[in-house]
Amino acid sequence: MKMVMTGNYASAYGAKVCRAEVISAYPITPQTSIVEKIATLVSSGEMKAQFVKVESEHSAMAALISASMTGARTYTATSSHGLLLMHELLIWAAGARTPIVMSNVCRANGPPWSVWADHHDAIAQRDTGWMQVFCEGNQEVLDSIIMAYKLGENPNIRLPTMINEDAFILSHTVEPVDVPEMEDVDDFLPPYNPRFKLDVDEPYGFGSLVMPEMYMEFRFKINEAMEAARQGWRDVEKDFEKKFGRNHGGMVEFYQCEDADAVLIMAGSIASTAKDVVDKLRSEGKKVGLARIRIFRPFPVEEIRKLAGMTNILAMCDHSYTFGHWGPMAQEVRGALYDLADKPLLKNYIVGLGGKDMTPEVIEKIYLKTLALKDGLDADIEWIGVKGHGGW
Amino acid sequence: MAKFTIPEEEYMNPGHVGCLGCGACNAMRYTLKALGPKTIMSIPACCWAVMPGPFPAKCLEVPLINTAFEVTGASISGIKAALDAKGITDVTVVGFAGDGGTADIGIQALSGMVERGTDVIYIMYDNEAYMNTGIQRSSSTPIGAWTTTTPVGNTKDWKKQPKKNMMDIMVAHKIPYAATCSIGYPEDMIKKLRKAKEIRGPKFIQVFAPCPTGWRMLPENTIEVCRLAIDTAAQPLYEVENGVYTISRKPKELKPIKDYMAIQGRFRHLPVEEIEAIQKTVNWEWNRLLKLEEFTKGLVEQ
Repeated sequence: MKMVMTGNYASAYGAKVCRAEVISAYPITPQTSIVEKIATLVSSGEMKAQFVKVESEHSAMAALISASMTGARTYTATSSHGLLLMHELLIWAAGARTPIVMSNVCRANGPPWSVWADHHDAIAQRDTGWMQVFCEGNQEVLDSIIMAYKLGENPNIRLPTMINEDAFILSHTVEPVDVPEMEDVDDFLPPYNPRFKLDVDEPYGFGSLVMPEMYMEFRFKINEAMEAARQGWRDVEKDFEKKFGRNHGGMVEFYQCEDADAVLIMAGSIASTAKDVVDKLRSEGKKVGLARIRIFRPFPVEEIRKLAGMTNILAMCDHSYTFGHWGPMAQEVRGALYDLADKPLLKNYIVGLGGKDMTPEVIEKIYLKTLALKDGLDADIEWIGVKGHGGW
Repeated sequence: MAKFTIPEEEYMNPGHVGCLGCGACNAMRYTLKALGPKTIMSIPACCWAVMPGPFPAKCLEVPLINTAFEVTGASISGIKAALDAKGITDVTVVGFAGDGGTADIGIQALSGMVERGTDVIYIMYDNEAYMNTGIQRSSSTPIGAWTTTTPVGNTKDWKKQPKKNMMDIMVAHKIPYAATCSIGYPEDMIKKLRKAKEIRGPKFIQVFAPCPTGWRMLPENTIEVCRLAIDTAAQPLYEVENGVYTISRKPKELKPIKDYMAIQGRFRHLPVEEIEAIQKTVNWEWNRLLKLEEFTKGLVEQ
């Protein structure tokens, strides 16, 4: 059924249509309307779930790990500092191989306080063993939750997934969203029934001490699963499209990249604005394209390498940062391209931190700047729009 | 009436890797005897994270999940929620954590769990310091004790603060049932655990579980020190059911606290005047407990 809703409501409906059995969450701006909506759905009886209203995000994740180990499908949502507080348990969730799905409303980290969008909260969880999706729109938010359960619960994968939606730009902005019928989701996503769980009839132990001769083997298997998930995401989206008639572009969505003189790479909602800018510049005869990283973990190495055959100039617009090095996504893109004999030029822009507005005008300037790089790279990295440092 | 006996069934097999004379070992053994095989156990970082044996060994006959240090209350909340979602009602969910994991780093998750009215049993096995990491002070370490982070030394740096009273904190949460027990009194411990199993809502059990390694005493004195803890009121046995206090064991006359301290090396540096000061505190706490029992009994009659 088509409804008009925010990204946060799309998240809540995603959990509902997937029949999440245990919800555990703690409120944080701008995630709150997700848990409010779920509370409403549970209290009205529309959603049959246990909602554990915990005293912190740390406990939210801990409760879900144990609930998932008991065989329940689990969901939570958080943002920014809530996600950072969870960090220890994010590693635990992946280590315990619990296919939890979590919405993260991407918000800048303090200090100084900011409630507005950037990706640093999610990026800081890169090495936790979670699969990560960055969404461009609200339909993708909902659909990605369904895909994440389908793939994460696959016995060969068994990994948790973080669905990233940008603060306010998606979380509080309404768009038409097609909410699938629960019966159709049931066809696509069978009930979660793990082979091993906390069960008094089969009393296994989980997570016990391992000696050095066995620890690395556990980590190796997580990596194996993550590597398998790369093809897994491609396949699950194809299956999803067969069932529901839409896709969101695969691991990396290419927009007007084929013959481009320059391609910007982005993740999240700013890609949506950038597509309009690409259309405008194309209409003016400027051959530009956009590549949107949709799946960040596992990293879409092959897709990024494909870009090298499409253009000579790439620029990664990181919506986050690593102090003392290039932007995090730029590092990964650069790493993926390293082995190629014929590499495009790669520049890194740091953009839109703490909600600094990424208007079509700003993105157009970045495109024009990037096209001008055909004469050579002016700098490896440039922070866009910083007052006193070339701020526009 | 038949005399109460300890169940013969064993749900803890040989092969644990605890120290000689470990009180936490008996705490687990009696817990499982009392609660039976339909129990799911969550264990955070503590001695018992190691004691079941390294992977793939496991000396417990019940399903066991290891969790992070500070999350026991949240973990058992999650297990209970999942069982509720599945309609499973005949399984007892137990958190089994040390005193540091309970009174210090895990107190937030425990408080949340109790406040939410979660139908689980939280067991704090109290060996009065961070024993798994090598005898560092916790807020449950008693006043006067030596630990590796209260090393006495030239500056008389023994623990200067009194032991945190977790029972008071639990009672302040309006918890339906809280009890102290001791591995020195297994019948009492099993009775309390079985009672806890039948009560719906959160239950808190504090088990006195001596650590010969950390208390600097002989392993064969574990039970003796448990008995002295009761006889001196260093650690009284009592329960609080819906706010009503009942003292489980009342010595006719308290033995002096120095008798309890004398068989442990961790107090041996204490000068006489310190022991006298501690004796006064023990007397005060014991009298307070007697008054609480008397006062709350009156509340029931009303």
